[in-house]
Amino acid sequence: MSPERGSYADPAVDYHVEIAFTLNGAEVRIRVDPAERLLDVLRYRLGLTGTKEGCAEGECGACTVWIDGLPVDSCLVPAVQARGREVVTIEAVDPMRLRPLLESGATQCGACTPGVVMTALWILDHPDLLETHTVRELMAGNLCRCTGYDGIVEGVLEALEATRDTEREPA
Amino acid sequence: MRSPVPRGRIREVRFASGLDRSELVVVDHRDLTGPNEVLLIEPDQPVLAADRVRHLHEPVLLLAHPSREALRRAVAAVEIVVDPEPPVLDFTVDPPPGGVQYGDDNVLKRLSIDKGDVETALAGAARIVEGEYRTGAQEHVYLENQGMVAWEEGDVLVVKGSLQCPYYVLKALGHALGRGPDRVRVVQAPTGGGFGGKEEYPSLVALHAALLARKAGRPVKLVYERGEDMEATTKRHPSLVRHRTGVDVEGRLLAQDIEVVLDGGAYVTLSPVVLSRAIIHAAGPYACDHVRIRGRAVFTNSPPYGAFRGFGAPQTIFANERHMDVVAAAVDLDPIELRRRNLIENGQSTATGQVIDDGTDRTALLDRAVELSGWHEKKAAHAELARRHPWRRRGMGLACFHHGAGFTGSGEVVLASRVDVAGLADGRIEVRSGNIEMGQGTLTVFTQIASEASGLAPSAIALAEPDTARVPNSGPTVASRTVMVVGRLIERAIEDLKARLGLPPDAGGDRFAEAIRAAHAERGEAPVGTATYQPPPGVEWDETTYRGDAYAAYAWAVYVAEVEVDLRTYTTRVVDFVALQEVGKVLNETLARGQIQGGVVQGIGWALMEDVVLEDGAMANAQLTNYIIPTSDDVPPIRVTFEETPYAHGARGAKGLGELPIDGPAPAVVNAVARATGTRPTTVPLTPERLMERLEEGRADVA
Repeated sequence: MSPERGSYADPAVDYHVEIAFTLNGAEVRIRVDPAERLLDVLRYRLGLTGTKEGCAEGECGACTVWIDGLPVDSCLVPAVQARGREVVTIEAVDPMRLRPLLESGATQCGACTPGVVMTALWILDHPDLLETHTVRELMAGNLCRCTGYDGIVEGVLEALEATRDTEREPA
Repeated sequence: MRSPVPRGRIREVRFASGLDRSELVVVDHRDLTGPNEVLLIEPDQPVLAADRVRHLHEPVLLLAHPSREALRRAVAAVEIVVDPEPPVLDFTVDPPPGGVQYGDDNVLKRLSIDKGDVETALAGAARIVEGEYRTGAQEHVYLENQGMVAWEEGDVLVVKGSLQCPYYVLKALGHALGRGPDRVRVVQAPTGGGFGGKEEYPSLVALHAALLARKAGRPVKLVYERGEDMEATTKRHPSLVRHRTGVDVEGRLLAQDIEVVLDGGAYVTLSPVVLSRAIIHAAGPYACDHVRIRGRAVFTNSPPYGAFRGFGAPQTIFANERHMDVVAAAVDLDPIELRRRNLIENGQSTATGQVIDDGTDRTALLDRAVELSGWHEKKAAHAELARRHPWRRRGMGLACFHHGAGFTGSGEVVLASRVDVAGLADGRIEVRSGNIEMGQGTLTVFTQIASEASGLAPSAIALAEPDTARVPNSGPTVASRTVMVVGRLIERAIEDLKARLGLPPDAGGDRFAEAIRAAHAERGEAPVGTATYQPPPGVEWDETTYRGDAYAAYAWAVYVAEVEVDLRTYTTRVVDFVALQEVGKVLNETLARGQIQGGVVQGIGWALMEDVVLEDGAMANAQLTNYIIPTSDDVPPIRVTFEETPYAHGARGAKGLGELPIDGPAPAVVNAVARATGTRPTTVPLTPERLMERLEEGRADVA
C-alpha cells in the first residue's frame, strides 16, 4: 500500500512550511506539507485542474508544467521546491497558439494534451533545440495513446513554420 | 480492498485496533440491495466477493473517508485474510490443475464455424502447413484512469464518470442495487481514452462508488491510481491459435483447420463475444471452400480479460497473417503472390458463408499498398545491407485483413438502438444519443452528419450530453459502430422529424428551422423525430449454426511494415509503415487519419514492446516505468491512405474504422522481422529477449 504521508518524527510538531512562488504571473503564498506534490497543490489546493495526473511516476508527462521556463513533471516535484520560482501551467496558455495543434489532429481524448502543449510550447519558444534534436525526440517525454504522435509532431512543425513566417513579416 | 491471492476462501476482514473509524465508510457485499452480480452476459461476477475470491486483486471491501490521508492510513490498517486454494494460471493446460471452477470443464464458452469438409480437403492437399501462434495480454493505458463520482439526488442515484456505455452502467446499477431505471441515472463525463477498457469495467467502478455514496450519505469520488488501474482492470485476452492449412501446388487454400483458445480470466464478462469476433476473423479475407474453426474461452484465476480495440480479431489475425507467410515459404511463393491468389473476390464467400459483393477490389488494394511501400525496391536494398553490414538487418512484412463493423451477427437487431432528434425553440436541432466522445471524434462527426442531413449549419446542431435521463439507448460506443450504425440512425431520425413536420425529405436549412419554430409556437413543446435500428436488406445470420452474414459490412486493409533489427541488442525498430484501407466514405479526414495512426502505433506497441508480465495470474509490471508503450521517438510517421467505396447503409456512405488499425501491425511487423532475420517468430510481443531466443535457437539448428 502507499506509504503513509504527513507523519514525521514528532506528531506534536507541525512540519508544514509556508512557501511563496509566482504562478501564471501572480504571487501565491501557501502552507504545504513537505511531502506534498506540486501536482496536488495545483489541482487540489489551488483549483488548477488543467494539469493532469497520468502515472504519478514521471513517465507519461500528462502533468507537465514549467518551472523557471523548463518543462517538468509536476508529479515528481515536491511543492516546496517551487519556493521563489516561476511556475506556469496550461491555464496560462494563449489558446490562439494552439491552433496549428488543433488543425493537425494533435489532440484526441485530451488527457495527455495539457502536458503535450506545455512541452510543445517550450519547443516553439526554443527553436534552436531543433539544431540538435528532432521533434520526435523532444516530445518523447509525453505519452499519447490516441494519436500515434503524427498529429502532434506535424502540429509542432507547422507552428514552428508559422512562427518563422511571422518573424519574417516586416514590422 | 482487494484479494491478496488468486484463489481462496475469505476467512475474515481484520481491522487493526486503534483505527479511527469515526468518519470511515466501510462497504462489503452485505450492503448490496440486489443480487451480488455485475450484470452483463452471465451472472457469475460478484460486485464484491462474499466468501470466495477467484483472482488476485478481486474487490472485497470498499473504504471511503473525507480525507485522502486518513483513507491511506485506513487501507494500511485493514487486512483481508484468505485461506488460499490452488489456482489455475495457464490457460493452455488441459485439464486444469486444482479442479474445475466453472461449468463442467472450466470452459467459459465454445463456438465453432464449419464450412465444407476439411478432412477430405486436407487429404487431397499437395502440402499441409501447420503453425502455432501466441499473443500476450495488452493493457489499454488510456491516459485517464478509471474514475467515477456518485451522489444521491432525492430518490435518484446519480453516477457520472469515465465510461463508454452509459446504458451498460445503468443496467448494472439497477440490477445490483435493486432499483428501477427511474431511480438511477448515469452521465458520461468527457472520457480520456477508452479503447474498450471503459466498455464493461466502469460498471464495477460505478457500483462501488454508488454503494459508498449511498452508505456515506454524501457524494463519493472514486479514481484509480495508475498501478491499481493496470493490475486490477481488464486487458486484451491472451491467445493461442493453431493452424493446419492445406494448399495445392499453386498455393491455393484448399482447407483451413483452425483452433482458437483465449484466456478468459476468472469471470465470463465479455469473453463469449470476444471469442465470437475472434473466430469469425480467424480465416482472414481469403476464399477457401473448407474451413473448420474451433474456439474456446477458458477460465483461469486471472483478473477477467475484457474488451480491447479489435475485440479478439487482432489475436486471430496475427496468427493467420503470420501463418500465411509460413505457408508461402512452404510452397516457395512470394507472400504477396500467395495472398493475391487467395483474396476473396466479389461473389465468393467467407468462412461463415457470407457472400462478399461490396464492390471493393481487394487485389487492387494489395497491389497499391505494395507499391506505396516501395516493397520491391527496398527488398534489393535490404539484401545489400545484409551482405555489407555486420549487425543491421532490414525486412519488409505485410498483412491483409478485414474487420467487421458493428455488433456481430444478430447483435445489432437485439440491441435495437434508438436515436432521437428534437427541434429546439430557436430552430436548432438537438441530437439525443447515448454514444460518447472519448477522443475518437463522435461529437465532431455527429455534428457533421446532422448538419448535412438537416441542411442546418453546424452551429445549429446541439448534441445532448450522454445522460440516461435525457437520451435514449443508442447502444454502446464500441465495435466501430458509432458512425456507421448510430450515425445512420441520426440521419433517419432527422428524416422522421421532417416527416412529422410535414416536410418532404429534401427540405432543409431555413425551411426546416422555420417549421421547427412554428411547431414550437403552435404546440408549446419540442417536436421529436426518432429512428430505431433496422438491419440492411438481405442481412441474415443464424446464431445456432454460425452461418450467414456475420457483419453487415467489412473494412478491408493492407498494411506494410519495414523494420530494422539490431543483431547486437536484438531490438527492432519500425522504420516505415504504410496503412492502406477501404472504409467506405471518409467523413472527416483528420479524425479518420488520427484513428488509423493511433491504432497502428498501439498495434506496434503490442507487436514489439508491450509485455504484460503475469505473476499469480495478474500484472506484475503495473507501472508505466516497466510496461513500455511507444513514445513519439519509437515510431515512424504512419503513412495513411484511404480507398473509398461508399457503403449504402452507413451514415453518408461510411463504414466503421476505429478498430481496424489494431489488427494489422502485429503480423506486418513480425513478418518483417522474420524476413530481416531469417527466423520464424510466432509470438507477440516480440521483445528483444524473445527475438534473442529465436535467433539463438536458429544458430543451434545450424550448429
